[in-house]
Amino acid sequence: MNVVDLIVEPWDHAFMQRALLVAAMSGIVCGVVGSHVVLRGMAFIGDAVSHAVFPGIAVAFVLKADLVIGGAAAGIGTALAIAAVAQNRRLKEDTVIGVFFAAAFGLGIVILSSAPGYSGSLESFLFGQILGISDRDVLTVAGTGTTLLAAAAVLHGRLVTVTLDRETARANGLPVAVLDVALYAMVALAIVISLQAVGNILVLALLVTPAACARLLTDRLLTMMLTAPAIGSLGAVTGLYLSYHLDLAAGGLIVLVLTGVFVVCWLLAPRHGVLARARLRHRDSTRSDPIKPVTGEGVPR
Amino acid sequence: MTDTALLVRGVAARLAGRDVLTDVDLAVHAGEIVALIGPNGAGKTTLLRVILGLLDRHAGTVTVAGQPAERARGSIGYVPQRHEFAWDFPITVEQAVRTGLAHRTRWLRRPPREHTTAARAALDRVGMTELRHRPVGELSGGQRQRVLVARALVLQPALLLLDEPFTGLDQPTQTVLTDLLRRLAGDGTALLVTTHDHTAANRLCDRICLLNRTVIADAAPDELRDPAVWLRAFGVTGAAS
Repeated sequence: MNVVDLIVEPWDHAFMQRALLVAAMSGIVCGVVGSHVVLRGMAFIGDAVSHAVFPGIAVAFVLKADLVIGGAAAGIGTALAIAAVAQNRRLKEDTVIGVFFAAAFGLGIVILSSAPGYSGSLESFLFGQILGISDRDVLTVAGTGTTLLAAAAVLHGRLVTVTLDRETARANGLPVAVLDVALYAMVALAIVISLQAVGNILVLALLVTPAACARLLTDRLLTMMLTAPAIGSLGAVTGLYLSYHLDLAAGGLIVLVLTGVFVVCWLLAPRHGVLARARLRHRDSTRSDPIKPVTGEGVPR
Repeated sequence: MTDTALLVRGVAARLAGRDVLTDVDLAVHAGEIVALIGPNGAGKTTLLRVILGLLDRHAGTVTVAGQPAERARGSIGYVPQRHEFAWDFPITVEQAVRTGLAHRTRWLRRPPREHTTAARAALDRVGMTELRHRPVGELSGGQRQRVLVARALVLQPALLLLDEPFTGLDQPTQTVLTDLLRRLAGDGTALLVTTHDHTAANRLCDRICLLNRTVIADAAPDELRDPAVWLRAFGVTGAAS
């Protein structure tokens, strides 16, 4: 069997066509939304939202309603609750998130356990069910994904402005709280449409890892916003091919492929990689420069 | 008093039920640089936040260029402390400066050409044109400060508020910044600058406003030679905690 056969053969099966399409689209959408998540340093919120969509999906499953709508509603609801409770400055945001996402996950398990034959569906929620995707699922992912990309394009300038400097953005009259909620909602939707590919536990990797790789590779925002979805979709498709040929779990392989890309970037990235930094340090220490450049840095009050 | 860029009258502000500012009066005129000096916790940053509308005032009025502060929102030049800005963000100097106009970009429209023109002009005024394609993370402290000033200047503001711009800058860099701020005042901008550093303030400012919960003194640097006033402002005599 030659390489071309290895690549073409899975396309003979309709279930693999659907799986490959959904994996690629999830990778693209999560790459774009994840870039905002990584730049704002809110990966933990992504984690919270990914756990929070679980009870929504469980309720939708029990009621035989639309899983995407159920998951999105629960995810956005939890994001709003976190934003509201975190206004109380006595508790730090990460503490509030810790409380909420454990609660949401617990609720999801209780709801599912009340449904007959839940153990099989529990597994597919947790670890993904990419080979069981329907044509309708593909359309839902495509529609939601396109909407999310459009929203990311429209909000781009304002989201960047808030991430750069919240205080000044607010002073200039930007609706900072509304933009926060919009970003949380985008994270929730990106997670929901990616659940089938990698499952509830691993979906954070699809959101954060490609964006983290892209950040290591470039100091240009636009390049990062294009690189992250490329890494995400290629990684997801590669993981799926490996899963097909090796007959191993798809979600896990997708995450492992992405993690492999991350390790390579972490070691070899041109400016921010470990090796590049070591080379820079070596050069600095061997240079006999008696006067160090003086550059004062901001000192917090 | 025709060119009053900022007029603060009887302003009071509370944080968490505690009076931080009481009965503050202050005016800054076009082309004037006023230093706002006081110890930590004196309410310097709080006063800036009240002027910007980030914090509700409990009493008093704030007028910016003849308009109530609420209507001036989005047209006051604000230069926050450098640590407020995410310097590790992958963005170039020019892109960072353009974010100063994000609130004036219309939905579903590309930013107009004037935004590019304004950003280039602002970079030119702070002497950063050559570095405009550089990622902000690679700048020195003084260059970062100038990027923040340029971002405020894209609004072509009548009033510029600077929060601790000299903190953490070495002497030569402070001099460059002082020259820049003097030039801006020469062009008719009104500047209100908070600082701990009264040597820097003496060199830079037309007027010094000593603040500790309220205005302790407000005069030209030469007229503030009496150490008793400074002791009172810094709470050494026990007038304030």
